[in-house]
Amino acid sequence: MISKWFGGAGGKGEDAAAVEAARTIRRSNGLSELTRALRTEEPRHVLDLGPTSPPNISFLTGLGHRLHSEDVLLASCDPSLLIPDSEGRMVMDVARFMNENLLYDPESFDAVLFWDTPDYLHADLVKPVVQRIHRTLKSRGLLLGFFHTRDAGPNAPYHRYHIMSNESLELRRIPPAVPGRKEDRRYHYFRLQRVFNNRHIENLFHDYASIKFFLGRDNIREVLVVR
Amino acid sequence: MAASAPFDRMRTDTAHIGKSVIVKGELSGSEDLYLDGEVEGVIELRGHRLVIGPNGRVRARVHARDVVILGKLEGNVQDAERVELKKSAIMVGDIVTRRMAMEDGAYFKGGIDVQKEAGKAEITPGLAALLSQAAAAPVAAGAAVAQPGSLLEAKK
Repeated sequence: MISKWFGGAGGKGEDAAAVEAARTIRRSNGLSELTRALRTEEPRHVLDLGPTSPPNISFLTGLGHRLHSEDVLLASCDPSLLIPDSEGRMVMDVARFMNENLLYDPESFDAVLFWDTPDYLHADLVKPVVQRIHRTLKSRGLLLGFFHTRDAGPNAPYHRYHIMSNESLELRRIPPAVPGRKEDRRYHYFRLQRVFNNRHIENLFHDYASIKFFLGRDNIREVLVVR
Repeated sequence: MAASAPFDRMRTDTAHIGKSVIVKGELSGSEDLYLDGEVEGVIELRGHRLVIGPNGRVRARVHARDVVILGKLEGNVQDAERVELKKSAIMVGDIVTRRMAMEDGAYFKGGIDVQKEAGKAEITPGLAALLSQAAAAPVAAGAAVAQPGSLLEAKK
């Protein structure tokens, strides 16, 4: 699986420079509440489901926590996951994806960083992934999710989220791939697939104990969910 | 490549496995190793440094003091002092280490457990405050100071 994503060594310098230039800092109330809850004597287990993030690893392990990192979105892009159905249409092999990803013992994690993954994930994977997270979270465990508001159009920029402090994030905008140019797979661009409204979000997490919304000034709605 | 130049110089003092070499089984040694080939099994270099070069493809459990990854590793790194993933690194597995460094661009899937050094007391902010207060507190002239475990009691 790994070779399919990273056949070459490194990527074009121009892509890296573009990523470097598009960074903004954003205060996050959801992150602030989550890090406050993680402030304990005992180390906590945290699952980061976003792209590999050195700042996130540094921040969370620096607090004494154990971190698991798994880029679910990138894993869902494996071309071999698309299989023909009985009518010849290419569909997502959900069973195979769930057999190969998010393989953790029940109640393994105190917190999950889901970021804006649901907005970009293949439609057939959203619910199974949320259900699998529910299984892997401990009782009273927390999930932090970001959802685009309806003001975000299909060309909304795609960002990677990096924790800078207990309450702030660095957003690194990833530019779309340029046709005819080899994409730097280290900075994979994703196109916004859907926009959830509050009712959709509540339905998505209906197996969880509670949900709290934080509205931001940008087109992002933060959600802190308790298992 | 410029990125691997420091490791080229290191190779004169280090055992080297070239990119065409394939090893299956246990690879152990008592010196540093630069590995740019393919290894499947176990790598035992306790007390020494392992560098997986940009062409390295490793599927193994790794025991080494320091581990630097420029290529691909599928396997766990156990009880390391320092693990470093360069921007071209691709790693799937768990890491237990005392220090961790990762460049932007590296791909990692797995768990990271950064363990504090054994035998060193952790100075928390509260403890640091107490220690500085104790250091600043004046001691009365002629007063005997009780040592831990001492039968001598401080005079009131």
